[in-house]
Amino acid sequence: MSYPSNSLLRVDDRIRKRNAAETRFKAYGITAIVIAVLALAVLLTSVLGSGLSAFRQTYLTVNVQLPEAKLDKSGVRDPAVMRKVTTIGYASLLRDGLLDTMQDAGITTQMSKKDVAKLISKEAPATVRNHVLANPEVIGTTMTFDLLAQGRIDGFFKGRVTLESAALDGNTSPEALMLAQELKEAGLLETRLNWDFLIAPDASDQRPEAAGLGVAILGSLYMMLVVLVLALPIGVASSIYLEEFAPKNRWTDLIEVNISNLAAVPSIVYGILGLAIFINFMELNQSSPLVGGLVLTLMTLPTIIISTRASLKSVPPSIRDAALGVGASKMQAVFHHVLPLAAPGILTGTIIGLAQALGETAPLLLIGMVAFVREYPAAFSPDAGLFGEASTALPVQIYNWTQRADPGFVERASGAIITLLVFLFIMNIIAIMLRRKFERRW
Amino acid sequence: MSLSLSVLLAIALSATAFLMAPRRALNLVSGDRRQLASLPKQFGLSAGLTVFLPAMLIALVGGLGGFSTTILPYIVIAVAVVALVVSVWQSRPDFIARNRAESLITLVLIAASGVAILTTVGIVMSMLFETTNFFQDYNWKDFFFSTEWSPNFRGDSALGILPLLWGTLYISFIALLFAVPIGLFAAIYLSEYAGPRLRSFAKPAIEILAGIPTIVYGLFALVTVGPFLRDYFATPMGFGQSASSVLTAGLVMGVMLIPFVSSLSDDIFNAVPQTLRDGSLGLGATNSETIRQVVVPAALPGIVGAVLLAASRAIGETMIVVLGAGAAARLSLNPFEAMTTVTVKIVSQLTGDTDFASPETLVAFALGLTLFVITLGLNVFALYIVRKYREQYE
Amino acid sequence: MLDHNRMDLEMHTQTKVKISAKDVQVHYGDTHAIKDVNVEIEDNAVTAFIGPSGCGKSTFLRCINRMNDTIDICRVQGDIRIDNEDIYDRRVDPVQLRAKVGMVFQKPNPFPKSIYDNVAYGPRIHGLANNKSEMDQIVERALRRGAIWDEVKDRLHAPGTGLSGGQQQRLCIARAVATEPQVLLMDEPCSALDPIATAQVEELISDLSKNYCVVIVTHSMQQAARVSQKTAFFHLGHLVEYGDTDKIFTNPEDPRTESYISGRIG
Repeated sequence: MSYPSNSLLRVDDRIRKRNAAETRFKAYGITAIVIAVLALAVLLTSVLGSGLSAFRQTYLTVNVQLPEAKLDKSGVRDPAVMRKVTTIGYASLLRDGLLDTMQDAGITTQMSKKDVAKLISKEAPATVRNHVLANPEVIGTTMTFDLLAQGRIDGFFKGRVTLESAALDGNTSPEALMLAQELKEAGLLETRLNWDFLIAPDASDQRPEAAGLGVAILGSLYMMLVVLVLALPIGVASSIYLEEFAPKNRWTDLIEVNISNLAAVPSIVYGILGLAIFINFMELNQSSPLVGGLVLTLMTLPTIIISTRASLKSVPPSIRDAALGVGASKMQAVFHHVLPLAAPGILTGTIIGLAQALGETAPLLLIGMVAFVREYPAAFSPDAGLFGEASTALPVQIYNWTQRADPGFVERASGAIITLLVFLFIMNIIAIMLRRKFERRW
Repeated sequence: MSLSLSVLLAIALSATAFLMAPRRALNLVSGDRRQLASLPKQFGLSAGLTVFLPAMLIALVGGLGGFSTTILPYIVIAVAVVALVVSVWQSRPDFIARNRAESLITLVLIAASGVAILTTVGIVMSMLFETTNFFQDYNWKDFFFSTEWSPNFRGDSALGILPLLWGTLYISFIALLFAVPIGLFAAIYLSEYAGPRLRSFAKPAIEILAGIPTIVYGLFALVTVGPFLRDYFATPMGFGQSASSVLTAGLVMGVMLIPFVSSLSDDIFNAVPQTLRDGSLGLGATNSETIRQVVVPAALPGIVGAVLLAASRAIGETMIVVLGAGAAARLSLNPFEAMTTVTVKIVSQLTGDTDFASPETLVAFALGLTLFVITLGLNVFALYIVRKYREQYE
Repeated sequence: MLDHNRMDLEMHTQTKVKISAKDVQVHYGDTHAIKDVNVEIEDNAVTAFIGPSGCGKSTFLRCINRMNDTIDICRVQGDIRIDNEDIYDRRVDPVQLRAKVGMVFQKPNPFPKSIYDNVAYGPRIHGLANNKSEMDQIVERALRRGAIWDEVKDRLHAPGTGLSGGQQQRLCIARAVATEPQVLLMDEPCSALDPIATAQVEELISDLSKNYCVVIVTHSMQQAARVSQKTAFFHLGHLVEYGDTDKIFTNPEDPRTESYISGRIG
């Protein structure tokens, strides 16, 4: 079909070329979005894929005899005497218990007793010992314990360890895996949900199956408290000054430029600051949530100030005029009228700042939070003061686990990331809901 | 008496002042509050702050300044008691307590905004101090111009920053090469083309990327991207055997920077007036011609600013490179090889058992200062450009 | 096809109708902005759209070169034809339409480029010049038609944003003319200009009507009376009255038109 030369319907080569360029350009845009979304999807699936199994754990059901002759030589349940029995003593009880349980179930094996005992986690004797010390009355009875299986056995049931890889592995063997399989069929071994992952403290290099996030979550919680208590009032106070009271001069200009720069300073620099000022100069405790909280406070402050100032700015001047007009002082106008109206925005900004602080790792490495800590830190102790006891934090625990040799720790690290992301998700949802609920259009 | 106990006492004293001052003022006018120059509450506030602030100031300055811990608590208490007496005595009906209270509150607000300044001063001082110590032990020329980095504990370490800078810049370059086009195109598509449905899905998805902590990206590099690149690219193509590499860290960092670039440039595109777009479309330009020839050139300064900010982010990023780039200081062009960065070395020199007298530890402060100066320069410059750009269209 | 041509012929012999609109409806989301507008606009004349703010005159103007397509929530129904071709036909490329129907906006909006590049922008994207000297000629011709050549011929490579408001608006007119359009739409082109600049632009509009079909939206009734041959009065989305400018201003038929002209509404 042909049209007169000035018709709108005529399509010439040039138009065709230009339209092709338009289509290409759009395709670039779509490609960019697809790449970004795909990256997110791959990231999340890779983390979820390797981390979800951290919330499940393999346990052996073992009947253990707790003979008085071995566990309490005093016979009067004297704690001092009972404590003398070390985990090594308990380990042999567990080994015998497992062998007996296997015999009862009619399972036989060619493996040596020592190798069979390796099915049980090295952490298990300590668990049993603690249970016995806490409940001395169980001595002399036979108790059924759910004991952690060794990391490789656990990995076998989660697909991380195979018979082939076990053949090359000094810590386990194909026979051990086969035996575990038999135990599972006999109902003596089970992989099930494991909330201990969120509660238990970290465990040493050889025992990924026992490692948990308890201390790290507690430490992160303490730090968030410190950040909230310090950063929110300081941030709000300084925003109020800058936005409502400060004269516009060189000095306030300097503060403003300074704040926007602080927001862009690499986080590791704050770590150096914390190390030099808080630890070396002020001699606060290394690894303590107090120092961590202080460092994160300084880091979060610019974020909170920037968002608080934005929400103060969004309160229309007519509100201030109205208050001043009935004879309120400027201070009263701000505190009685402007601040309450800006509060939802300030809270949203604060939560987002906290979420940022919760995920921050680098500065915490420098102030010693990477240390191996198994004791739950107390919020206050006479020796260490407020939040002064050594602790670790969620993101640092993740880093810590990535540095361990045992592949079981990759699962733990990914599981910890899921936990961290869940916390962040909840915080962001709260922020979004706050914003939705209180959003005001002037 | 410990300092914290004296601080608690001072707080108790200021609470007392807060309660006593209004009562005394009211007693003097036999309970007729209309005869007071200010609200009773203001009397309390004024007196409470008069007691609280000087005591806290002394405790804080004395405590930080290392003042004798045996005397300091008593000074704090003494000051609080004197202030209590004075402030309650001052609380007569004609005292305009509101003015006093408000000037004291203003002081608190000013002090709070000083924290930001103090932070910067603290950053600079802490690093400057240790850096001078470092340069007393180690020649600054060797630090800045040597191409060798091999710390050891025999005392003959080579601590040249160049290989670290090279790794930093190489990784940042790859990250920007990945993030800038993708971020820009994503921002362009979302703001100029996408319908509300796509926007309501893609925008939050990209924002989620921004909310993910860097340690997560680090693990992603270590566990997924590194081995993938090694098994499917580096090894078959004969470029090396290392999972941690410049490319691994660069790509993952690029993913991290996508939302940063796209949200910044989104703001910048939105600042370009609609009238310019209308002008171009009204002449019969297609959307893409309008974007490429009118919107992008108009937004160019802003985009440059955004890219510089992203570069500063990339240079200062730590966890991704710690887990993804490797620890070997190397001057090489092969992107599949492990290299290391300034931030990685700050972490490795300052964690573990550190001896604050040895140059191997102190070098971390010199590295930190260098990093700070570079990023500060980039930030100041970028923020300046972006600010000028915004003013142009306001 | 035959039908088409015959109709075309008839049109040309009888009147010089350039644009014809039938039953045009425009919705912005839930708002019904234009209601049942029917109008026939002549070639080589200036047609003015007048009416109070928000009456839909600018919205209707933007329908004629499909600028409303760029607004997501805007829906246009009805039939608008230029030279008897339906411009909302699925096969019509709005880009091509806009090359034929130029537009000048309320606020002068020169691109942040040089004066030369501002004018050359349209011809470049439409490929109207084969080489540099042809482009120079196009630019010069357009600037002359925009009555701004003498003022800028010595600084063609200075930025267009550096000109005064009136000069900027004439530059924008020159820019629109450079693509050789047949219709020129002007959306309150003088509302941001001072009286002297307004007079210059009005003079230019009268000149342009010799070669183009010019449609101008204006707030000022005096302006409509000065520059246009035909006037359309819009009120609350309706086209109330359309006819010769003289008649509308001296002897309007509709009481609403009269109220507006005499200053009682608007």
